[in-house]
This record gives sequence, C-alpha cells and structure tokens, in this order.
Amino acid sequence: MRTHLIQKFFALVIAASVLCFLALAAPKTVMATAVDVVPVNESSRAPLEICNTSVPPISGAGVTSIFEPNSPPAREIRNLSYLVFGICIAIFVVVQGFLVVAIVRGVKAARAAARDPVLAAREPVQVYGSVPIEVAWTVVPVIIVFVLTMVTIRTIRDIDTKQPPAGALEIGVIGHQWWWEFRYQAADGSTIVTANELHVPVGRAVALRLNSADVIHSFWVPRLAGKMDLIPGHTNMMWFVAEKPGLYLGQCAEYCGAQHAHMLLRVNADETPAFDQWLAAQAAPAIENPAVAHGRAVFSQYACLNCHAITGTSDGLFGPNLTHLASRATIGSGSIPLTRANLRQWIDDPNSLKPACNMPSLKLNSTELDAVTDYLMTLQ
Amino acid sequence: MNTSIAANEGAHAGGEGPLSFWESAMRWTLSVDHKKLGIMYICAGMVFFLIGGLEAALMRLQLARANAGIIDPETFNQLFTMHGTTMVFLVGMPVLLGFGNFLIPLMVGARDMAFPRLNAFGFWLFIFGGLLLYFSYIGSEGLYGAPGAPDVGWFAYAPLTSRTFSRGNSTDYWILGIMVSGFGSMTTAINFIATVLCMRCPGMKLMRMPMIAWMMLVVAALVLVAVPVLTAAQVMLLLDRSLGAHFFDPQTQGSAVLWQHLFWFFGHPEVYILVLPAFGFVSEILPVFSRKAIFGYSLMVAATVGIGFIALGVWAHHMFVVGMGPVLDSFFAASTFLISVPTGIKIFNWLGTMWGGRLRFATPMLFVTGFVAMFIIGGLTGIMLATVPMDWQLSDSYFVVGHFHYVLFGGTVFGIFAAIFYWFPKATGRMLNEHLGKWCFWLLFIGFTMTFMPMHISGILGMPRRIYTYEADRGFEIWNLISSIGVPVQMAGVLCFLWNVVKSLRNGAIAGDDPWDAWTLEWSTSSPPPEWNFDRIPTCTSARPLWDKKHPEDPDAHYE
Repeated sequence: MRTHLIQKFFALVIAASVLCFLALAAPKTVMATAVDVVPVNESSRAPLEICNTSVPPISGAGVTSIFEPNSPPAREIRNLSYLVFGICIAIFVVVQGFLVVAIVRGVKAARAAARDPVLAAREPVQVYGSVPIEVAWTVVPVIIVFVLTMVTIRTIRDIDTKQPPAGALEIGVIGHQWWWEFRYQAADGSTIVTANELHVPVGRAVALRLNSADVIHSFWVPRLAGKMDLIPGHTNMMWFVAEKPGLYLGQCAEYCGAQHAHMLLRVNADETPAFDQWLAAQAAPAIENPAVAHGRAVFSQYACLNCHAITGTSDGLFGPNLTHLASRATIGSGSIPLTRANLRQWIDDPNSLKPACNMPSLKLNSTELDAVTDYLMTLQ
Repeated sequence: MNTSIAANEGAHAGGEGPLSFWESAMRWTLSVDHKKLGIMYICAGMVFFLIGGLEAALMRLQLARANAGIIDPETFNQLFTMHGTTMVFLVGMPVLLGFGNFLIPLMVGARDMAFPRLNAFGFWLFIFGGLLLYFSYIGSEGLYGAPGAPDVGWFAYAPLTSRTFSRGNSTDYWILGIMVSGFGSMTTAINFIATVLCMRCPGMKLMRMPMIAWMMLVVAALVLVAVPVLTAAQVMLLLDRSLGAHFFDPQTQGSAVLWQHLFWFFGHPEVYILVLPAFGFVSEILPVFSRKAIFGYSLMVAATVGIGFIALGVWAHHMFVVGMGPVLDSFFAASTFLISVPTGIKIFNWLGTMWGGRLRFATPMLFVTGFVAMFIIGGLTGIMLATVPMDWQLSDSYFVVGHFHYVLFGGTVFGIFAAIFYWFPKATGRMLNEHLGKWCFWLLFIGFTMTFMPMHISGILGMPRRIYTYEADRGFEIWNLISSIGVPVQMAGVLCFLWNVVKSLRNGAIAGDDPWDAWTLEWSTSSPPPEWNFDRIPTCTSARPLWDKKHPEDPDAHYE
C-alpha cells in the first residue's frame, strides 16, 4: 500500500516537472536581453534595501553580492540563480524530509523492538528493492536534469560573452601581478592607458578584451557580470552595461601569486558627459608644473622610469601608467586610499603596505621622497 | 583475544610471548600483510590529516578578521597549497586505499591481496612521496629566502608554476612528491582490480560482492585512467622548469589552458576516487544498523559503474571561466548534471534501505547519517555550480570552498570516521568508546556546519577564495568570524577521537568476532583476523553470506 503512495507521489513530481519545463521552454519574455537595457531608475525588487538607492553603495553587505545586479548579464544570472536555488531547495526539502521521516520511524521501530522480546528476536521485513520505485527515482532526476540543462544552455546563449552587443565601447584589460591595466581607444586612434580604476559610461554596453601579461587572473565585478579569466596568450571577451552611476567593486578571482588578495577592482560608472570629460582628461599629456621640476628630475634619475610611464617623461611598461595618477582614488591596485602620506610611504617602502609586491624600495632620501611625491600628486 | 595487540601479533606470528617494541616495529615495517599495510595507510593518513587540519586552522585564524596581519601572504599561500595537496593526496587517497587494502581480501574471502609485495611497495611510495613534499619546508630554498613549501595552489595552474613566477624549487618538490605517491596509487589500483576480479571465494559472483568491493573496483579503474594523466602533465611541467621545454609557456606558443585540461582530467575523477569508497562505507554500514538488506543492489552497482564512466567526461566544469565558448560550456554542464542522476539514485537507495528499518544509532550510524544529510547539500550546491552562468559568478569564490568541503568533509571524512568506528573492532579486537564517539560526532558535526555553511554566504557576497585577507567594507566579516569559530569546535571533536583511540586500544571492551551482528565475510573470522584471514576459505551463497548462516530458514539466496 505504501508503495502505491510513493508511486503517486512520484507521478505528481513528474507531472510538476513537465509543467515546469513547459513554462520555461515557452518564448522568453521575462529576461532582459543584451540590447534592452533596464532604465536606470527602475527599482527592481531586491532583498537588501541597499539596492533601492540610486547610487550603488561602496561599502557594506551586498556591495559585491551576486544577488544585487546592476547590469543585464548579472541580472540574467541572478534570475537563473533564483530558479536553480528554488529547484535545489525543493529537492533538499523532499530528500531531507524523507531522511527525517525514515529516522523517526526507524527509531520508533527500534524502541518497539526493545520493549518486545518476541519482536526483537526477528529482523525487520527485508526489502531487496522495487523496480517501479527505482525507475521512478531514476526518471524524475533525469527530467529535472533535462530542465536544468535547457535553461542553462539558454542563459549561456543569452549572455554570450564572446558576442558583445553592437556599438559596445571596447576596452582592453591586461592583468599584471598584482594590478590591472586598462587601454581605451581615443577618437583619434591613439591609445589611452590607465590602471586599476576602470571608468565606463552608464547605460552603454562595455566590452572587455581580456589578456594577461604574466599569469592567469580573473576579472570579477559581481554586480556587473560573471567573472572571466585573463589568460596569457589567449584573448577572452566579456561585456556588461552599468545601469546606474556609481562605484562598483570587485577583485581578481584567480589565484595569481603572493598579492592575489590585493588585486582589487574599482569600476566607476559615470553619466556619458562626465565619462567623455574623464576620457578627454586622460588623453591629455601629463601636466608639467615647474614648481615640482625637482620631483620630476628625481623620477627620471632613478629606476622609477624603467617601469612607469608618464607621457613626456618616461615610457616604462612593467608598472601602472602614472600620467594621471592623481586623478585616481587609490594606489596599490585599489587597496590603499591615495593621500600624500600614503603615496610617500608607498614610494619609500612598497612592501610595508603591500608585502611581496613587485615594486622595490629605491631607498630615496627624505628630500627626494618629498619631491617625487609632490610631483606625482600634481599629475591630475 | 584479550591481550594487547602486540601480543596478538606475536600469537599469530608463532605463538611466542609479547614482542619488544623493536621487533614489533620491524614486523610492521617489513610486512606485506594487507591488514598491516591497510592499518599503516590509515594511521599515516590520519597523521597527515592532523597536519593538514592545523594548516587550515592557521588560515582560519588569519581570516577571522578583515585585514588581519597574523600570517604574511606568502606563508598563507603555502598553507592553502599544502592543506589542499595534503588533504587530497596524503589523507583522502591513502586512508581510502588503506581501507580498501584492509577490507577487500577479508570481504571477498581471500587470504591476501593478489600482489602483496607490490602492495607494500605502493604504501612506501606514498609515505616517501608525502615526506618528500613536506621536506620542502626545510629543504627548499627560494629567492629572498621566501618560498619554503610550494605556494602555487593544489592545482598549480600554469604559468604561475613556471620558473619565471615560481622561483626556487618548492614547485619541484610539489611535482615530485605527488608524482611518487601517485605511482603508489597506481600500483595499489592494479592490485585492487586483480584482487577483486581474481581472488573472490567460491560462490562470490560479481553480483554478490559487497558494495565496497564494487566501489573499490570502480575507484581503481578511475585511478588507472586519471592518475597517469596527472603524472604525464607533471613530467611535462618538470621538463618546462628544468630543461627549458615550453608545454605550458605562453611566451613561446605553449598553452596555459592545456595544463588545466590535463590537471582536471585527473582532478575531477579524483573527486569520485575520494568519494566512491565513502559511498561504499555507507552502503555497508547503513544496512547493518537499519537491519535491512541494501535497497536495490543491482541499481546501486549500475549507478556506481555509471558514475565511473561519466566521471571521465565532466572535467572541464572546473573551467567555465576560462572562456571555452558556449558549445563546450553546454556539453560539460550537461554531463555534470547527468552525473547527479546516478549519485541521486544512491541517496534514494540509502533512504530506501533505512525506510522501514530498525535503526540503531551507534557512532558509525551517526556518522553515516550525517554523511547522507551533508552529502545531499554538497550535491545540490554542485548542481548550482554546474549551472554555467551561476558558475561564472561563483567559481573561485568561497561558495566553491563551502561546496567541496560539504562533499569531501561532510562526505568523505564523515565516511572515514564511520568506517573507523565500524571496523576498529575488527582491526584491533577492541571496541571504541561509544560515549566519546558520540561527542566526537556532534562536535565535528556542529563545528563543520559552523565553518562551512557560512562560506556559501561569503561566496555569494563576492569573496574570492585563496585571498590571505579581505577588505573590511564588503560584509564578509561576520561570516568569516563564524567560520573561524567553528574551527576549535572541530578540533575538540578530533581530540575526542584521538583520546578515544588511545583509551580504547588500552582498555576498550573486547569486540568478539561480530560485534555489530553484520552480514559480510570479514565478521566471520576472529578480531583481529589471523595473518591468513580465514582458517578455511569461506563460501558465499548470496550478497550477505552471514545473513544466510544466521537465517537458514530464509536465506537471501532465495531472492536472487
């Protein structure tokens, strides 16, 4: 009799799964596609209050949560996650429920046997299996797996990391131990190079062309898109559309050596005019202020210029481009706020702020330190 | 059977008095007896388990607070590399192979493994491989005196492992230590296959074998297919590092992605190598403590073999963020989902076994039930990670760390503890203390949940794995703190276990031949078994030969 109950239960589950699949396989209307970007002030239902403000938070729980998307790929993933979480929680409840019931019944049976010596002398009824039940719990998972495979493939196709939407702004991203290089194409065809703080326009698709100068890194800003690896000798693409202005945080997600933890990412989404202004400022040559000529001389005399580029002064490639260093909010790949004191300490002994980083201490004396710090602080 | 173990050994060896420590040590060292080798495998594995656990505890200490400065980044990177490598290659593999060694001949009614000396060879390769890896702490020198132990992560992605980025020779220690112990695993696998296929006692057809024998057969096949690929990849890496080859060097048209394919072609079957034997423990222990035959024996066998085959075709689900393209991503998502079907069948069959049984929650049963409950969670988070777009977010995050600890700790380690509590009486002749056993289980269970459940949340909140510290403004702190607080609870559980072993070896209750009223052949011989296992080779009439003996009125043979 109990067998019948179980069979009925599984028949129900099968029916429910088929319905679920049909619903999912229907033409999609819900999910945002690559082109129809959700407007900026559409407030999506979010579990955390933090998402309802018009500017993404830069601190606090949810700041890098995958459930707080602000970009179509991240939102599609979030929607898929709700579905998969739902299915998994349902499976969890059913299976753990059976386990708990089996335990309760089994312990009761054991207690009954402990009270009754006649019962205790016999083993419980031996059941060796049941073909219908076993078929049922093979077929039901197969159906669930089929549904999951279909929705997974559909979302892979929808997001299609290799095919950014038409008209996307393309930015080159190069991973280094342990900082990020960003390369923009200016209108006149020249290349604008900056580091660690990515600026993107709000509401326009951004395509990242990912590469690495040394080991494998991974670009991960959870509220914008899923991560994608930066692999030397192998170009990857990814794209996103920042829907709200503000600062999005992230960090390198593939172990890349000693300072993997401090390879942080900051993505500033600016309204288009502000973005254009920023880009034009970045395209300009470095400011030459005669008041800090001594600092510039220090920079050029010592090994600084071997690694760091400053337009008009040096063209080093191994470290971040410093042409507009003072326009950034942080140093040390997003890990240290850019203040004069921090910058001076960084130049004096980078290892004291970011242990094992690749920049050596040049043992400058304090006059030289002050001069070069002042010089760099003028590079707006 | 009521004197000390050493005396037992003496009695079996020739009936003389107790042996001196030195004689006893010589006997163990020179032994080719599968039981001694099995016990040595398990003991050595447990020593490495303590070392690997301490490494993890240090990491959790550092991660308890944001921006903590207790451990410097290079040391931290060595800790997680050594923790992962140790737990996979020096704990999981040897302990499970040790159980295979100890149990297979006893369970299939043989007097030893097919190749006893090869067996001892495999064990000593494992020991020396492990020691070689740990010798890196003192033997390896790097530039600036920095790298002691390997620090490239347990899957050692190229090109971080190249001479350019991994200076010194710590990575060479990693390669050689794992390679040596890998040869040991391969010889053991050959031995398992030969023993299971050729050494079964009369009447034990393949479809009457204990589930463990089936699981070990599939595991051995997987080891034989997967480990040589790792060894080959390591040889290539060694050539890159030492002789200037360019297999994985992108500067000279080598491929960094190639290493990932080769490594995970080994690495994913490896996960099943680590979990299938634990499935075997559950499939043996659960029926005995439910007082019922395993539900759906043949489907269980089919599921095991199915897992074995599918396990060879899922490796690239570790590589969804490499940019393989939609076709490969879809294929590996589908194959990964598919493997959840046979895995699900196993869980349902265990539930079917418990259903209507008379459950007795002795310590082995507690651990087995904990295994089933935790493995369900690990399996379901696995489904989430197989959903490629979710993996784009969650890959390499703490969610993954939580997921695989549910599989390998909640799964494999709980299975190992269940097996130790269950077969300790057979191996030593004495019972482990039940009271301490229950403390051990509950402390481990609570500590485990505290440590690994919050990791799912910190992963969802965007915390990548393998970072030695994290920012204070991201909402990670509270979850990391809870994770870290779970560690001392787990340590207390492990201490309970160690104390239990010491205490029970001295004055545990005498076990007798068959303390659990079980049904497989190992319980028909004495505890501990004589060196020759069985005075007379047993015969087998069904999948539960001792059931048939105990219930001649209603033997299993009638239902085959």
